[in-house]
This record gives sequence, C-alpha cells and structure tokens, in this order.
Amino acid sequence: MQQLLAAILTMIAGVLACAAYFWGTNFILDRIFPSKGLSGKAASRNLRITNAIRPWLFLAPALFALTIYLIYPVIESVWLSFHDRGGQNFVGARNYGWMINDGEFRQSIFNNFLWLLVVPALSTFFGLVIAALTDRIWWGNIAKTLIFMPMAISFVGAAVIWKFIYDYRAEGTEQIGLLNAIVVAFGGVPQAWITLPFWNNFFLMVILIWIQTGFAMVILSAALRGIPEETIEAAVIDGANGWQIFFKIMVPQIWGTIAVVWTTITILVLKVFDIVLAMTNGQWQSQVLANLMFDWMFRGGGDFGRGASIAVVIMILVVPIMIWNIRNAAKEMRSH
Amino acid sequence: MTPATRSPLMWAVHLSVLLIVALWTMPTAGLLISSLRDKDQLAVSGWWTALATSSRNAVARAPSADSQVERNGKFVISGNVLDGQAGQVSAFGFSSREPAAFKAGETAELNDGEKLTVQADGSFEIVSDTRMEGSRGQRIFFTAAAPPRFTLDNYREVLSAEGIGASFINSLTVAVPSTVIPILIAAFAAYALAWMPFPGRAILIAVVVGLLVVPLQMSLIPLLKLYNGVGAFLGVPAKTYMGIWLAHTGFGLPLAIYLLRNYMAGLPREIMESARVDGASDFDIFVKIILPLSFPALASFAIFQFLWTWNDLLVAIVFLGTGQDQLVLTGRLVNLLGSRGGNWEILTASAFITIVVPLIVFFALQRYLVRGLLAGSVKGG
Repeated sequence: MQQLLAAILTMIAGVLACAAYFWGTNFILDRIFPSKGLSGKAASRNLRITNAIRPWLFLAPALFALTIYLIYPVIESVWLSFHDRGGQNFVGARNYGWMINDGEFRQSIFNNFLWLLVVPALSTFFGLVIAALTDRIWWGNIAKTLIFMPMAISFVGAAVIWKFIYDYRAEGTEQIGLLNAIVVAFGGVPQAWITLPFWNNFFLMVILIWIQTGFAMVILSAALRGIPEETIEAAVIDGANGWQIFFKIMVPQIWGTIAVVWTTITILVLKVFDIVLAMTNGQWQSQVLANLMFDWMFRGGGDFGRGASIAVVIMILVVPIMIWNIRNAAKEMRSH
Repeated sequence: MTPATRSPLMWAVHLSVLLIVALWTMPTAGLLISSLRDKDQLAVSGWWTALATSSRNAVARAPSADSQVERNGKFVISGNVLDGQAGQVSAFGFSSREPAAFKAGETAELNDGEKLTVQADGSFEIVSDTRMEGSRGQRIFFTAAAPPRFTLDNYREVLSAEGIGASFINSLTVAVPSTVIPILIAAFAAYALAWMPFPGRAILIAVVVGLLVVPLQMSLIPLLKLYNGVGAFLGVPAKTYMGIWLAHTGFGLPLAIYLLRNYMAGLPREIMESARVDGASDFDIFVKIILPLSFPALASFAIFQFLWTWNDLLVAIVFLGTGQDQLVLTGRLVNLLGSRGGNWEILTASAFITIVVPLIVFFALQRYLVRGLLAGSVKGG
C-alpha cells in the first residue's frame, strides 16, 4: 500500500514536472522573443523565431525518450551482435555463423514460420467470418463483445487457461482437462498435448488465435460496414447469391483492411514470447525466436552477443512490414 | 441481408454464432468455475461436472486400538470416515484390492474376526469379541458422493500464502504511472506533428510510424546494459520502479504519438485559426482547445497502455527484480506454473485475479478501446 502511494506521488510529480517543463519553456520563449507590444518588423521577426523554435520544445521530451528507449537500442543491438558475450571484443559475423549451425535456432526459425503461416491467416479468416455473421443478427454486439474479450487477457493468463484445457491425466483416471475429456468421451486415448513434438506448436498457436480473432473481427467489421450499399444492391439485382456477394463484392473492397490486420498480427507473432515461456519454455521442440533470445540474455550469465544477434534476426523479419507501413502512412498523409 | 431471408439460412447464422461464442467463452468460464470449486473436487473431476454430485474414492484410518471401548461384552472402535465433510458413503472395503466390496450399511468380516460396519452417513464401528491390539488403526476404503461445493478458499489461500496479494499491488504500482506519464509527453509531440509546420515534420512522422513495429527484443539488451551502468554509476539498484516506468513510457510513446496525431489532425482547422486570430499562442491553443477536444483519443491510448503494462511479462522480468516487493502478477503466475504445476486450485484462482482487472477495464470502457483500435492500425492501400 505504501509502495502504491509512493508510486502515485511519483506519478503526480512526474506529470507536474512535464507540465512545468512545457509551460516554463514556452513562457521563457515568449519572454525572450516577445511579439506583443512590439512594432511591425521586430514583432514579425520574433514571431518567425518563436514559430521555428516552439515545435522543438513541444517535441523534445518525446524525442529524448524515443531516442533512448528505441533508436539507440536498435543501433546498439546491431553493434552488439558483432561482439562477444560481454560486448567487449569484436568477433565479426561469428554470432551469425553460430546461429546458422545451431539446431535450436533452426528449430525456432522453423517454428516461427509455422506460426507466421497459421496464426495471421486463421485469426483474420475467423475474424472476417465472425464479423460478417454478427452484423446480421440482433444480438451481434453481445456476441462480438464476448469474442473480443480474450484481448484483455494477458498471454500468461491465457496460457494458464489453455494449459488447464490441455491438462493430461494417465489413461483410465478421470480427465479434468476439457480436451482430453472430449477425446476420451469419443473413445480416444488421452494425450499430453503440449509435449507432442511438432503438433504442440499448433496447440500453442490456438491460444494466440483465440486472443487475436477479436481484434481482426473488430477492425474488419468496421470495414464491412463502410462498404457502400449501392455495390451490394447492384449485385443483388444482378442475381448474385450470399456467397458471391460476400467473396466477390465485399471482400475485394476491404483488401486494404485485411492486409492491415494480417500484418499487425504478423508482427505480434514474430514477438510471441509469453505464451511459449509459460506453456513449454521451448521444450519438446516448441522453441521460438523471441523466447530463444530471452533465454540467451540470461543463459550461463548471459550472452549479449548471441542474444542481440537473434534480436536482429527478428528485426530483419519485421523490416518489410515497417517499410510498407511507412509508405502507406505517407500516402495517406499526402491524400489529406 | 433483408428481412425476406428470415429462413433456415438465418437460423444457421444464429446457431453458428452461438456455437462460436460458446467456443470463445468456454475457456475463461472453465477457469472461473474451477477457481470457485472445492480443491478436492477440482482435482478429480472436470469443471463441467461442477454442479453434479461427484463421487470420490478415499481412504480413512480408524483410531488405534487404544481408543476401543467395552460395550455389552464386546470391544468397539467407532468414528466417521468422512471426518466432518459433507457427503454420502455408497460403498466401502478394507483392502486396497477391493476398495468397494461392500455397500453402505453392510457388515464386513475383517481378516482377524473383527466386524466392520460403515453407514451411509460415514459413521463406522469395528466390533470384536476380544480386546483388539496393535498401534495402527484399520484402513477403511470408501466411495463417497459429495454434493457440489463452491468456496472462496482458493482465493483466500493465493492472496495470502502464494503472494498474489503482494503482486497485485506491484502490478498496480507498475501500471498506473506507466499509463499516465506518457500521455502528456505524447500529446505535446502529437500536436507539434499535427499542426505546427516545421522542416523535417514528414520525416519525424515516418520515424514514429516505423518505431511502432520495432520489436521490443531489440531494446532489451542495450537497455539492460544501460540500466546496469547507470545503477552502478549512481550507486542505486539497476532494477527499480522508476526504471520500468520510464521503459514503459518509451515503449508506449510511438503508439501514443501516432494515435493522438491522427486524432488531432482530424480536428477542424477553423477552430485553431479563429483562436489564432484572437491572439492565442500555440501553447494556449493546445492547452485550452486541443487537449480537451482530444479526450476520446487520450482515453483510448490510456486503456491500451494500461492493458499492455498490466499484462506485460517481458519488460517486467527484465527490468524489475523478483523479490516480494517487485514481482508482478504475470511473473508470479509463471513461477506458480513451474512450482505448483498440478495444483489447479492455486493456478486457476491466481490466474483469475491477474485477469480480473483488465476484464473490468475491458467491459467498462470497450467503446474507447474499439475506437482506439480503429484509429491505431495503420490504414492500408
């Protein structure tokens, strides 16, 4: 409690300090270069100067934080990836060479590609279908809220929820995990699902799909509602049936949004860490890059060189999407 | 699509949505129900049987020969196998090979001539013609039907004994300042990027959009080194709340700036121009007009950032310690998964406590969350 109080006081102090900075610097700027009460030329000169300086006063704290917490680390990580475990000695591309020959790394790359193939595709597909279905029924909003809800749940919490579903008891005893209970009810043999190599990846993916479908649904539902009525009416008049309207008229009009949802989930998948750590910690051949990277950060006292080089690999996989995003944002700004 | 299609097809839509909703809510429902069940019942039966009477097999040990009493010339040891718990005994036995050989109320002949009777209410009597000996009591196997039992005991236990209560406070300590501090910083930057012309503005916006997707993994090692260095230089611990607040602030800024800039750029230009004609400076315009108008966007970001910092595991385990006063809920839950892997009463109750705050935020403020999502995803083609 005391600790929470201290946190809130620090927070208030921090916000006040920010406010004081913004107010103070602006006040000083207006004092040094006043534009009121001066005549013509001097006033407009001062106005020009303040207009040139003020944006940077507004931006300074944000730029400072972004530089320290994101821009500098990206450069430093690349630099560290060419150095040894402590970050002192230059080792050239040795970390990358190690990586290519490391079985665990290859396993992680393979698994990551599996995740990349399955999770964005299924999340987007389910999201699209659910959005289309719920838009037609009167209780659609309630249904959407419930499907969207897992988004608020932490990956670790979701891992516990699903580990409970995958729970395994020896054959013959009563199963308390839902999946094994269903399997047994249909006369099957219970399995320890998350220890089955290769297939366990898919049981882990289910968790992320469960969380992300709601996100896809919300975005795509808004996009579907934005489709002009006339295009659908025209199709109906031409005698198109429900499927044709959906796949040939509606889906093509929201390709842009589908791509956005797809790429957003793709980036999330590349960073997936908590789920794997909590479910298997990379055992039984379920390792992924983000968990491997975390592992090397601390394994045997920590190998910063190898950890950083794995982080760089994740970054490289993200870069194409980053460029695509920047180009889209730039295009949109020009059209405004 | 039209009322005319209120047909079998419409029923199929209703049914399939119902099925999907059931599929999506069942995992969470199972967790909640399990966390409220009695831990002995939870361990032996699925949560979907929570309302049914469950039968359990158990073993009790009768008191030793010391407690026998003489009655009508016979020696009797009596007791109750249920030991105060509710339930109904249906069968019993005295050897592990045949734990349910006798029905309740029947009398079993033990190997040494003693007679054992167990009633349905659990009370039992061992009767013998001669004085009984031996220091260990007779083992009695029995099958008991227990009525469904719901309890808050699991919550009571995890909140105190498992340290979930302390971690709850730690999580709040992390999440609240991490949510509030970035807002003002981002709002000023967003205003500059939306409404103040200056050279390099387009490049800065592109940088912010690019930073939106930089993986956190890139930042971990350099910042860990930096924090260790700063900690050693100043003679303070490297893992502090101050450190994690600033880290969350830095990581949250791109989204905050992006969301707020998009929102502010959409505000009508006339408002600002008329204010400027009246002699207001940019600072005045921002504080008196833009900030109040941007409330919906601020709320959206605040919700995102709160959910993200509350649910975060990675940043917390790298930049915070693992002591009682620093371990956050997600970290504690991962530890419990390792140490109490089979104790589902502990895990389900702990998990529910970690997700209940985000769920409340979600249901109360869903409107802002949706609006933020729609504004926050980079618009495509």
